[in-house]
Amino acid sequence: MELWKKSLKEISELINSKEIKPSEVVEAFIRRTEEVEPKINSYITFLGEKALEDARKKDEELVKKENRGKLFGIPIAIKDNIITKDIKTTCASKILENFIPPYNATVIERLEKEDFILTGKTNLDEFAMGSSTENSAFFTTKNPWDLERVPGGSSGGSAASVSAGLVPVALGSDTGGSIRQPASFCGVVGFKPTYGRVSRYGLVAFASSLDQIGTFSRSVEDTAILMNVISGKDEKDSTSSDREVPDFTNFIGKDIKGIKIGIPKEFFPETLDKEIKEIILNSAKQLEKEGAELVEISLPTSKYSIEAYYIIAPSEASSNLARYDGVRYGYRAEDYKDLEEMYSKTRDRGFGAEVKRRIMLGTYALSSGYYDAYYLKAQKVRALIYLEFMEAFKKVDLILTPTTPDVAFKIGEKTDNPIEMYLSDIFTVSVNMAGLPAISIPAGFKNSLPVGLQLIGKPFDEGTVLQVADRFEKINNYNLKFPNL
Amino acid sequence: MEFEPVIGLEVHVQMSTNTKCFCSCKVEFGAEPNTNVCPVCLGMPGSLPVLNKKALEYAIKASLALNCKVNELSVFARKNYFYPDLPKGYQISQYDKPLATDGYIDIKIDGKTERIRIHRLHMEEDAGKTIHKGKYSYVDLNRAGTPLMEIVSEPDIRSGLGARLYLEKLRNIMRYIGVSNADMEKGQLRCDVNISLRPKGSDKLGTKVEIKNINSFRFVQKAIEYEIERQKRILKKGEKIIQETRLFDEKTGKTFSMRSKEEAHDYRYFPDPDLIPVRITKEYIQEIKNSLPELPDEKAERYIKEYKLTEYDADVLVADKERAKYFEEAISIYSKSPKSIANWIINELLGKLNEKNIAISDSPVKPSHIAELVELIDSGDISTKIAKEVFEEVFKTSKSPKEIVEEKGLKQVSDEGEIRKIIEEILDKHPKEVEKYKAGNKKIMGFFVGQVMKATKGKANPKVVNKILNEILG
Repeated sequence: MELWKKSLKEISELINSKEIKPSEVVEAFIRRTEEVEPKINSYITFLGEKALEDARKKDEELVKKENRGKLFGIPIAIKDNIITKDIKTTCASKILENFIPPYNATVIERLEKEDFILTGKTNLDEFAMGSSTENSAFFTTKNPWDLERVPGGSSGGSAASVSAGLVPVALGSDTGGSIRQPASFCGVVGFKPTYGRVSRYGLVAFASSLDQIGTFSRSVEDTAILMNVISGKDEKDSTSSDREVPDFTNFIGKDIKGIKIGIPKEFFPETLDKEIKEIILNSAKQLEKEGAELVEISLPTSKYSIEAYYIIAPSEASSNLARYDGVRYGYRAEDYKDLEEMYSKTRDRGFGAEVKRRIMLGTYALSSGYYDAYYLKAQKVRALIYLEFMEAFKKVDLILTPTTPDVAFKIGEKTDNPIEMYLSDIFTVSVNMAGLPAISIPAGFKNSLPVGLQLIGKPFDEGTVLQVADRFEKINNYNLKFPNL
Repeated sequence: MEFEPVIGLEVHVQMSTNTKCFCSCKVEFGAEPNTNVCPVCLGMPGSLPVLNKKALEYAIKASLALNCKVNELSVFARKNYFYPDLPKGYQISQYDKPLATDGYIDIKIDGKTERIRIHRLHMEEDAGKTIHKGKYSYVDLNRAGTPLMEIVSEPDIRSGLGARLYLEKLRNIMRYIGVSNADMEKGQLRCDVNISLRPKGSDKLGTKVEIKNINSFRFVQKAIEYEIERQKRILKKGEKIIQETRLFDEKTGKTFSMRSKEEAHDYRYFPDPDLIPVRITKEYIQEIKNSLPELPDEKAERYIKEYKLTEYDADVLVADKERAKYFEEAISIYSKSPKSIANWIINELLGKLNEKNIAISDSPVKPSHIAELVELIDSGDISTKIAKEVFEEVFKTSKSPKEIVEEKGLKQVSDEGEIRKIIEEILDKHPKEVEKYKAGNKKIMGFFVGQVMKATKGKANPKVVNKILNEILG
C-alpha cells in the first residue's frame, strides 16, 4: 500500500520502528499533493519545502532522540483560521491576506511539542462562515469524490486534504457543523469535541461561544490519538475546561454492548431524502446487532436551532470582527479622507458578501431595542436546546442522526440562496448550541457520494462517541475507500 | 425662583496592578510607545482575554472600602465602538451585572456630614492613547488593557465644593487601601461630571449636561460652579438647557460645548463569551474585608476617642494616608501628648511643607523629631517659644531637636537659685522701675520678665521667673 494511504497510527509505527524516515513520509505526501492538489485546491498555503526541511531535521532526531513526541514526523494540515507563528494566516479573507502572526495557537504549540510536521494551511469559507468554501476570498475547494461538487464547509480544505490523501489528519474548526458537514461530504471522520475541551486560543474567532477546534482523519483511532494531544485546560483560554482528559485511545477496539443509542425522530423528518434515511437507519441497526440498544427519543426544540443560531453566531461575529479596522494589521484601503472613510472602505473591500451579511445581522440583533427580542430570546432557545439534550441523555448514552440532509451539492447550486445554504447545517447546529461532542463518520454512499453518520455524546464524554464510532468503522471499513482522482 | 444643582460623578480609577487586566503585559507610566503590548492587548486575531486576579481583588477591596455590596456573580460585557486606540473594536467592561452596587462616601461640608451614595462600581479595561500631530494620528497601545474601576455616584452632590470633597475622599480611600495612586495629573483618576438644575424642592431631574476631561480637583469645582451659573442664567431667561457634552477651559474658567455632533451611541452591549462569569464566594469577600486597613473615617473617630483630638484636627490628619502615618509614628515614639503632636504637625509642619512644596513622606522633620520636640517641651527643657526656633532649625538641618538644644545651649533654665540671682541683679540695675512697681504700677512686671528673658536669651522658665519676681516684689 502506498504510504499516503496509511493512517497516522500506521505511519507512526513505521517511523518508530525506523522502517521509514520522516523525510520519506513527507516526500510521499508531497508527491501525492503535487499530483492531485491542482484538481482539488485544498491549500491556501502549501508548505512542502518547509515540511521537507523539518522532516530532514527529524530524520536526524530519529537516530539521536529517545523521547520522541507522539506525532513525531506526522504531516498535518491546519485550517487557515488557526494561528501559526511566522506563517501567513488568512482566514480566507482579503482583510488578512498578508497577515503573518507573531504567535502560535495553543493547539499548534501542543502539536509542536509532539513533533508534528506542518504541511500547510487549508482553505475555508471566509472567517469560517459558510458550508462549501465558496465564500473563500481566494478560490473554491473541490470535492475529491466529484470535482464539480463542494467539499462542504467551512473546513472544506482540511476535509478534502484528508479525503484525497494529502495528509493523514488535519485540524479544522466547527461553529455550526464546519467539521462534521465537510467530513460527511468528503467521506472522512470529522470530530467536534465538547466546547471547552480544546483551547480556542489562536483560533480566529467567528462565534466565540460556539467555536471549537476539532479533527479530520480517515480512522477513528487517529482521531483519538490527535485528541489526546490537543485536549485539556489552557491558561490562555478562560473558557477551556479543566476536566481531566482521558486517554481516548482506550476507547478504541471496545465492544459496545449495552450502550443506549437515541434516535431523535425530529432528525428523520418526512422531507428527509429516502436514501440518506435508509443508510442512517441501517447503520443504527448494525450497531444494534453489535449489542447497542436503540431508543426512540424526541428533541422538539432542536427545530429552532438554525433560527437561534443565526442570531447568536452573527451577533458574536459582528463584535469579533470589529478588530479588522485597518489600524494595526491586515488590509487597509489607501484612498480615504478621514477615519470614518478609512474604516468603511477597508471593511467594505476587505470582507466578502457573506461576512458582511452576518456582521449586519449581528449588529442589528444586538442593537438597543432589539436585543431582548433577538439575542436574549435566542439565548433562551439555546438554553432550552441544552436542557432538552440533557433530558435525553438521562435515557441514552449517545444520539444518532444523519450529519447532513443530503450528499455534497454542486458548486454554485446554493450560492444565490443563503437560507438554503444555512439549512445544510440543520442537523449539526444544535450540537454546537448545546456545546456537545459529536462525530461524523462515513456510513455509505449515495450516487457514489459519501454519506455521513453523526453520533452526539454527553458533555465531555468524547470517549463513548469514539468507542461506538470505532466499532461502526470496523464493521464497514468505509474509511479504506479513496476517491478516484 | 431658586434653583438646586443636582450633580453626579463618573470616576475612572486606574488600578495599580503590575500587569494589565486581561494579559500579562506590564502597566507602566511613560514607557516607550507600543512596548508593553502583546497579541491580547493588541487585539490580534485569535487572542483571548484572561482576567487578572489581582485586579479583581483590588476592585473588591475598593468596593468594600466604599461600602458597596459586592455581587457574588458579575459578568463582563463587550462595549462595541470603533476607535483607533481601541484594538478589539470593543472594550471589555461590565454592564447589567456589575461587580458592586449601593455604596456611599461621607463628606463633611461646613462641619456637616453629607452622604453621597455610590450607584455602582464596575471593572473595565482602559483604551490606548491617540496622539494627533499634524497630518497624522499616532496610536500608543501601552495603556490599552490597563485595569480600571468605574465608580458612578448617585446624583447626590449639590455643589462644586461637594464634588471636590467627594473626589478628594475617594482618592484618599484608594490610597489608604493601596489599589491606586489616584493621581489626577497622571490620569490615574479621571472624572466626568453630570449636572442639571431644578427648582428647589422639586424631585424631578432637569436636563443634564455632561462635562468631560477635567484634570484637577480644583477645576472640577470651578467647572461645576461655572456650569451652575450658566444653567441658572439660561433657565431664568425661560430658555431650555440643551443636553450635550461640554469641556472645561482652564484658562477662561468656562465650559464650552464639545460640538454636540456626538450622537447617542449604541454600544450593543452583550456578555463577553470569551470570559466566564465572575463568581465570588462570601468567604473570599470576607477575607478581603478582614484584610482592609483602617479607613479614614474610622481613623478619625479613633483619634478623637483615643487621643482626644478635635474633630477638625482628626479630619486634617486622616485626610492623607501619609499624614496619618506620620502622626501615628510620632505618637508611637512619644505617647504622652498626642494632642501637642497633632498641633505641631498641623500648625507648624504642614504649612511649612506646603510652602516649600515637599511631601510629608520626604519631610526633613521626621516623626521622631516632632516626638522629641514635644517631649522637650513637656519636660520643661525648652519653652514653646524656643521650641519654634528649634523646629525651624530641624527643618533646615534635619538634626534632632536634642542635638540642636544641646549645641546652641537652648535648654530652659528652671533652677530657682540661678534665676533668683539674675532677677536680683536686674532689680538692682533698675531701682526706678522697682519703685514704680511698689507704687502700684503692676504693669511694669512685664518689663522685668522681659529683662530676665533678654539676659537668659529666652531660656529662663517663665513660670519660675514669675514666681520669684512675685516673691521678691511682694
